[in-house]
Amino acid sequence: MKNLRNRYCIVGVGNTAYGKNPGVSQVAHNILAIRSALEDAGLEAKQLDGILTKAPTSTFPMLWGPKIAEALRVQPKVTGTIDQAGASNIGLIQYAVSAIELGQAEYIAISYGDNPRTGTRASYARPRGEDALAGLFGAPSSYAMVAKRHMYEYGTTPEQLANVAIAHRTHASMNPGAQFQELFTLEDYLASRWVAEPFRLLDCCPVSDGGAAYIITTEENAKELNKEPIYIEGIGQGHPSWDFFRRPELATSGAAIAGKMAFDSAQMTTDDVDFCEIYDCFTIVPLISLEEYGFVKKGEGGSFYEEKRTHLGGELPCNTSGGLLSETGMPGTQLVVEAVRQLRGECENRQVEGAQVGLVSQQGGIMTTHATMLLSNIGAN
Amino acid sequence: MQIKENFNAFEDLVPPITELNKSYRENLAGGRLVLQACMLCNKNQYPFESFCYECGSTDLTEVSSTGEGSVYSFVKVHQPYHPAFKPFIPYFVSTVQLDDGPRMLAAMFESDDILEIGDRVAARIEKISETEAMLLFEKIR
Ligand SMILES: [Zn+2]
Repeated sequence: MKNLRNRYCIVGVGNTAYGKNPGVSQVAHNILAIRSALEDAGLEAKQLDGILTKAPTSTFPMLWGPKIAEALRVQPKVTGTIDQAGASNIGLIQYAVSAIELGQAEYIAISYGDNPRTGTRASYARPRGEDALAGLFGAPSSYAMVAKRHMYEYGTTPEQLANVAIAHRTHASMNPGAQFQELFTLEDYLASRWVAEPFRLLDCCPVSDGGAAYIITTEENAKELNKEPIYIEGIGQGHPSWDFFRRPELATSGAAIAGKMAFDSAQMTTDDVDFCEIYDCFTIVPLISLEEYGFVKKGEGGSFYEEKRTHLGGELPCNTSGGLLSETGMPGTQLVVEAVRQLRGECENRQVEGAQVGLVSQQGGIMTTHATMLLSNIGAN
Repeated sequence: MQIKENFNAFEDLVPPITELNKSYRENLAGGRLVLQACMLCNKNQYPFESFCYECGSTDLTEVSSTGEGSVYSFVKVHQPYHPAFKPFIPYFVSTVQLDDGPRMLAAMFESDDILEIGDRVAARIEKISETEAMLLFEKIR
C-alpha cells in the first residue's frame, strides 16, 4: 500500500441547515454548502479547478458535476460523480487526491446536497417487481435482515441496538445543529413502534434535506489558508457488492478490507484512533463496523455499545455529532465535516479532548459498498 | 388452482414480463418453481440470465426445484408498505437457502406468527390472477 501521509488536506468544510429546507433546490443545497466551505478555508469559487459531487439520492441526474460547476460559475478541469452510494463521500476524496497527485487540479470541492424531505421523492416511489412481491420494501427491512442474522450468530440483543441509537442521540443533544436533540431512554426505545422487526422506529435514520461540502488541496497550499490543515492520512475501499441476501455472509461488511487498506496507507493501527464517525443509517451498521475494523472482536460490537464505551469521555467516542440517526439522515457527507471540526477542536461541549486521529467510515446500498478514511491534525511534525 | 381471498391485490406488484423472466413466471403460474441450471458447472441459479453467474457459460437449461430449504434470515414487517400486504400484517420476509440452489427472498404468512432462523420451509405458490402467481414459503410442520 502506498503511503498517503501528510500530503493532502481538507482545508474547508461547510453545511446547510439540516431537516426541512422548503424552497431550497438540490443545486442550491450543494452551492450553499460549497460556498460555506470556501469561506471556512478563505478561498474563492474561481480558485476551484475541480468540482466532484455525490449524486442526490432522491433523483439520479446525469452530468451532475457540471451542473454544480455552472451554479458556481466555474469551468473545472476535473469534475464528475462516483456512484458508491454512501461510500462515495470517500471515493470522491480518493479521486480528488489522485487528480491532485497527477497535477490535474489544485483545489477540489466535493459536495452533496438533496431535498428528499420537501422536494421530489421519485426514488422513494412505490416499488414493483420481485422484491416487492416478496414483501420487501425499502432499506429498513433489508438492514433488519442483516441485524437478525447478526443477532442469531452472535447473540446481539435489542438492548444493544438501542444503545447505539442512545449514544448517538446523547451526542446530538450537545449539537445545536442536529435535527434530533431530545434525549430518550431504553424504555422509550423499546416502546417505539416496530418498522421491520428487529428494527423499531429509533433504529432508523430520518429522511432529511441538507447539503455538506469540503475542499481538498495539497499540504503546501493548505498552510497558506485560514484554518489548521487536516491531513488525509489513509483511504481504503472494499465492496461486498452482490444483492445482500445472496452474499455468503450477511452479518459482515466491507469494513475489514477497507479498514486494513486505510490503516496500511496511513501506517497506523486501531490504537492510534481517538474517535470515529461511522455511517449509521441503521443501528446495526456501526456495531458491525467496529467489529470489522478490529476495534472489538467479532460479536462484541453490541456489548461495546451497551457498556457506553463509544460515548464522549469513553475509550472510543463515536458519532460525536449524532450521526445519520440523530444529526441528519444525509448519506454520510456530514460525517467528514464533523471529523474535520473535531480535529480542529471546534466542537465546543461535544469536543473529544486532545483528538489527533479520527476514522470516518462510510458504506452504501445494503452494506454493498464500503470506504474508510483516516484523518489527523498531526502532519509531518 | 383458485385465487384465494386477498391474493388478487398482489397483481399490482408483478414485474413486467421480459424474455428472461417469462419462463420462470409462466411456470410459477402453473404451480412450479423452476431455476436455471448451468450445463457446464451444474450450478442452479436465480434470477434468470443469459449466462451463468458462476462460470460465465451461456449453455443453460431449466430444472424444477424441490422448493425446500432453510430460513437463513428474516424480518417481521409491521408497516403496510403496499395495500396488498395489509391483510397479512405482520408478515415475515425470509431469505431462504434452497437445498438445490440459490437463496430466494419471499414472504411468509404464518398463522402461528412464529419463525426461527434454521426452520425448514417449502415453497408455497399462490395464484394471484389468471396468468400470474406469487412465490411464498411456509414452515414444514
Ligand atoms: Zn456455470
